[in-house]
Amino acid sequence: MRPTAPLILSAALAITATSLTACGAFGNDPNTLKVVYLRNTDNKVRHMDHYLSMVKKQFEREHRGKKVKLIPIQAAQPDYWVKIQQMMRSSKTAPDVVYEDTFIINSDVASGYLRPLDRYLRTWRDWDAFLPQARTAAKAEDGKTYGVPIGTDTRGLWFNKKVFATAGLPTNWQPKTWDELLTAARTIKKKVPGVIPLNVYTGKGPGEASVMQGFEMLLYGTGADPLYDPKAKKWIAGGQGFKDALGFLKTVYGERLGPHPSDAVDPNVTTRVATELLPEGKVAIALDGSWMGQFWRETGGRPWPEWSRALGQAPMPTQYGDPPGKVSMSGGWTWAIPAKSEKPDLAWKLIETLQTQPNAVEWTLRDAQIAVREDVATDRRYLTSMPGIRFFTDLVRHTHYRPALPVYPRVSSAIGEAMEAVTTSGTSAASAAKDYDKELRSIADGKVVNRSR
Amino acid sequence: MSTLTQQPAEPEPTPPPASVSPKATGTVRRHRPLRWLPLAPATVLLLLFLGGPIVYCVAIAFTDMQLTGSSSTSFVGFDNFQRAFDDKHFRNAVVLTLTFTFLSSIVGQNTLGLALALLMRRASKPVRTLTGSIVIAAWVVPEIVAGFLLYAFFRDEGTLNSVLDWAHLPSQDWLYSAPIVAVSIANVWRGTAFSMLIYSAALSDVPREITEAAEVDGAGGWRQLWFITLPMIRRSIGTNLMLNTLQTLSVFGLIWAMTRGGPGNRSQTLPVFMYDQAFLKALIGYGTAVALLLLLIGALFSAVYLRLLRTEV
Repeated sequence: MRPTAPLILSAALAITATSLTACGAFGNDPNTLKVVYLRNTDNKVRHMDHYLSMVKKQFEREHRGKKVKLIPIQAAQPDYWVKIQQMMRSSKTAPDVVYEDTFIINSDVASGYLRPLDRYLRTWRDWDAFLPQARTAAKAEDGKTYGVPIGTDTRGLWFNKKVFATAGLPTNWQPKTWDELLTAARTIKKKVPGVIPLNVYTGKGPGEASVMQGFEMLLYGTGADPLYDPKAKKWIAGGQGFKDALGFLKTVYGERLGPHPSDAVDPNVTTRVATELLPEGKVAIALDGSWMGQFWRETGGRPWPEWSRALGQAPMPTQYGDPPGKVSMSGGWTWAIPAKSEKPDLAWKLIETLQTQPNAVEWTLRDAQIAVREDVATDRRYLTSMPGIRFFTDLVRHTHYRPALPVYPRVSSAIGEAMEAVTTSGTSAASAAKDYDKELRSIADGKVVNRSR
Repeated sequence: MSTLTQQPAEPEPTPPPASVSPKATGTVRRHRPLRWLPLAPATVLLLLFLGGPIVYCVAIAFTDMQLTGSSSTSFVGFDNFQRAFDDKHFRNAVVLTLTFTFLSSIVGQNTLGLALALLMRRASKPVRTLTGSIVIAAWVVPEIVAGFLLYAFFRDEGTLNSVLDWAHLPSQDWLYSAPIVAVSIANVWRGTAFSMLIYSAALSDVPREITEAAEVDGAGGWRQLWFITLPMIRRSIGTNLMLNTLQTLSVFGLIWAMTRGGPGNRSQTLPVFMYDQAFLKALIGYGTAVALLLLLIGALFSAVYLRLLRTEV
């Protein structure tokens, strides 16, 4: 037998075919900008789509001959990261403008997926209107800025006043410690059966929502720098706060104060809480974000005009009420330009259009964001937009930010696993924390300090 | 664009004497390139879409490639494989994969398919048509749709619990309490049709005279099945087991739609584990190494079945 000749020939043909397709410009029209963004998994929640098509029309009117192609990705957040990262790997699929969370931005910068925007920011007059904190939100370790922040958020407790009244709890409730929070939940469980007393996101399914809204809101109430020590530049292992936060979850789900664990770890739970459980009065207390109003406004997916009267807000307390007594976490999303985009200048023009002052106000209102620009924060429409806005804006003073490091998404993933373990199985908080420590050492490549006592 | 140096359309027939088999005559040799021509498109496609990815996959299994968090990729030798064997989640995934394969493929699909095929031979035509179409319907629906249907069937407010409530039986929460059982049942539901079709075909090839002869000799139903039917369809059993097992080893969509490998990692079989590591944890290199190990497990199963097939009765 002599199969070599045909094989060589086939291989040659195969290689030619591949290299030919490589030069084919797959829909990379120089006049069309591709914008990739996350679409909510609830088909009724479409405020971002509406906002973007509004801006698209405006941009196409102002830039004759240019087109904007909106590419929504309807997925749970963890799947969204995977999808955009895969798209940004190749110049054939890379979008020109991408909706990026500050959560993932450092990691994607380290991968070389994004383009520094400093060149554009220097000459952009609106950049001065951004609050100092916001201007560093998308600044990477190399000192360059990779995204234009379009809003921030804070987190706290939402509670249903009607359920509280039925349970005999005060409707101006302000828990001072974790114990007071748990006591309220236990009272509701006893007095108002059929209502989920307390929702705290948990597990791997909801992704960063679990870790940030659920776990870190607890963890950062246990002491200073409980996750990462910025001075020593080391991650913390063996911390008591870590175990206590897991223990809190264990109590919530062990005593059935939360949703059924199988519902709690479902990736769609975040949407369900917003569009079903809270509006229908099926959950009494929800540890959640400042943006919840976006679902209930008239532009939202679940219009609920009464929400501002039906729901109360309280800051999340620290573990034992230690000063400042309140905890909040902040993140936020940005517009960024992938490194492999072939028309960054035009892409930047689109970001400028997205962030004209009126458009910035419009977005902040529709998405129920906390303003990151002075000229939005002082806009009358913003100040009168939502009843809770003042409460959540005040939380900014006590808020914490996640470690802005490329490995953070992997640390977050390990935390999600520890949460899921204590929620859905008999694993103790101590043993889940030990597994996390082990995982952390492998992720952080030894940059870990042990804080166990 | 790139006009690659094309090989001459007719490769020079330069026969190195060592590679020429004694049987090959001159005429055959001259015709060989021509005889290969009809196969050319298939060979090219295979190299392009099967060979290419496999080579690429093997290559990156030995690197630390990441989807995000690092821009450089370097060769790390056997680190990923070392890591897999030290990883208790990997070992958990292997055990679950074997459980899933054994429960759903070898026991479930295979036995149930054979039982259905045997029963259908005795059934009346309408019963046969009805059963046949129902079973095959489960096989025809796309995997992800089947996954969603069964998720709706097993979930707390799902069909199964409604039926159980109606019959005053205690309700179940298998998706949560025994996820690997739930996904195994789902896979049986989906894959039995295939076994049934193969066995129906095989059974119709068993000559009636032989069964009749056995009956005359006084062999009852079970003895006939054990000593006559099963040995005669032995090859079909082997083929069916092999196809079922390989299919089941790589089931992903069904499990992903039903449980996403959870709760915890209690239904995280190897394909789900691989996806989790490669994409959700962004460790492409490690995920690919796991994929190669999965390939190895499939190869082991195939080797065992092939060996079984070879023994003559």
